[in-house]
Amino acid sequence: MAKVLMKGNEAIGAAAIKAGCKYFFGYPITPQNELPEFMSRELPKIGGAFVQAESEVAAINMIYGGAGTGARVMTSSSSPGIALKQEGISYIAGAELPCVIVNISRGGPGLGGIQPSQADYFMSTRGGGNGDYRHLCYAPATLQEAVDLTIEAFDVADQYRTPVIVIGDGMIGQMMEPVEFNEPTKRNLPEKTWATTGTEGKRKPNIINSLALDPAELEKHNIKLDNKYKEIEANETRYEMYKTEDAEIVFVAYGTTSRIVKNTIEALRAEGIKAGLIRPITLWPFPNKAFTEIPAAKALLTVEMSMGQMIDDVKIANEGRLPIHFYGRSGGMIPSPEEIGNKAKEVLGGVK
Amino acid sequence: MAEIFNKTEGLTDKQFHYCPGCTHGIIHRLVGEVLVELGVLGKTVGVAPVGCSVLAYDYFNCDMHEAAHGRAPAVATGIKRILPENVVFTYQGDGDLASIGTAEIIHAAHRGEKFTTIFVNNAIYGMTGGQMAPTTLIGQKATTAPYGRQQATAGMPLRMSEMLATIDGAVFVERVSVHNVAAIRKAKKAIKKAFEVQIEGKGFGIVEVLSTCPTNWGISPVDSLKWLEENMIPYYPLGNFRTPEEGK
Repeated sequence: MAKVLMKGNEAIGAAAIKAGCKYFFGYPITPQNELPEFMSRELPKIGGAFVQAESEVAAINMIYGGAGTGARVMTSSSSPGIALKQEGISYIAGAELPCVIVNISRGGPGLGGIQPSQADYFMSTRGGGNGDYRHLCYAPATLQEAVDLTIEAFDVADQYRTPVIVIGDGMIGQMMEPVEFNEPTKRNLPEKTWATTGTEGKRKPNIINSLALDPAELEKHNIKLDNKYKEIEANETRYEMYKTEDAEIVFVAYGTTSRIVKNTIEALRAEGIKAGLIRPITLWPFPNKAFTEIPAAKALLTVEMSMGQMIDDVKIANEGRLPIHFYGRSGGMIPSPEEIGNKAKEVLGGVK
Repeated sequence: MAEIFNKTEGLTDKQFHYCPGCTHGIIHRLVGEVLVELGVLGKTVGVAPVGCSVLAYDYFNCDMHEAAHGRAPAVATGIKRILPENVVFTYQGDGDLASIGTAEIIHAAHRGEKFTTIFVNNAIYGMTGGQMAPTTLIGQKATTAPYGRQQATAGMPLRMSEMLATIDGAVFVERVSVHNVAAIRKAKKAIKKAFEVQIEGKGFGIVEVLSTCPTNWGISPVDSLKWLEENMIPYYPLGNFRTPEEGK
């Protein structure tokens, strides 16, 4: 298929439709508005439905109901709106329903700003909702990757009966890049025998539920969920290793920040400094294994568009082996390759 | 021998957990009977609330979806938009619908979502132990209104049916009661009509059912029926507030 030039928010919407999603429930918030706008234009053409909900809370609960029917459903929002959706995400995880939630994130806390930010790492990986649950979180760095991961997210959601988050900072939503829409690797997806579509008098009623008043029953459910999360960790963890074989300084960055860091790496290498990058593509599960695959590393430098959130996972993955440093900009300020490079030199100066 | 009464197939054989004298059981039965009489049980998806009827998913003999507190109308919207040929209903109490879920019920009605809501108003939070609801009457005692509800600090009890009847998308709005046999018969008629309106694709329908809570009102089941009639009906008048014109 030929490449087409698209804006990120629209490309993600088109990817969802390509994946068979015909139902979208959302609420306006900057900088993701082009996504619901695109869906409101395109879904009626294919016999689907777009509903502009009265709030993000209502939108995620429409997703909860819609996912229960077995249909592929998606909602999108931006940081404060995703915070509102956490109630529903917890119920969806508890009731084991598949759905895709897109977060085109912006600065916070509170109303924050509308410029790109990566300050939702904690909310995306620790869960803002109540209870013992996890969900996959894909963090694309390019629009092509956003398209590919969105398409795959629907399959992954169906395979594991779990909500999947696709998080891109505001830049992913707002910039334009050429993209193509490819078929994902085929997965064996289970039949949705649990869906609430009416018994037709032919089977016992299906019940979508996250309530278990008997503590023994709830613990059993929690253990079942935990086993599923371990399976996801084993099968779905994804990351990119960029020039890490001989790298003495290894950056850790995701999303658009990783692209800036790659520019830094080229500049440093031109100066004879061996630099590389671990780029988590899944924020949860976090690619702990990548941190055992950096034989020449003397130090880690985590770069984020936040005051330092992913660095907690870097510390866990590093298991105390290497010194860990941090460089971050926040509030919608975007780090330049030069300032990241200067920080790397400062770190290396300390190491040598 | 002639059969006088049989338990409806619209309900499962699971024993209700409701307190003695609570009228949830009657309302469940009416909904179950109506779904069977309309021949739609097999294509019905019900949405259960949070509150005393949180376990309704175990009682209705159709596919069920348990919602978060107040969110049943949003969950029902998601289901009905994807399955427009199915019959969808929410079953919600007054804490659920008239307090935490006001935005969801008003906007579902406002969009004219084609599902049916059974709204059970017993003027109190039952499940959590008798706290004040938006529908608690002036002077009525609750565990969070130990001196009785005061207008100055808690406002007047909310009349949801009257409020919803101002919304164009709510094409059927009726308040009924289940405190005696005649009232129960009228309640069943209204519930049936509300489902028919959905099946005919006319829009959103709601039946508010005045219900008792002997446990949290602190009076006997018999006295509760009397208390409902003497105290609730004067403030929450029974009757139809909106119905689609015939032929439309």
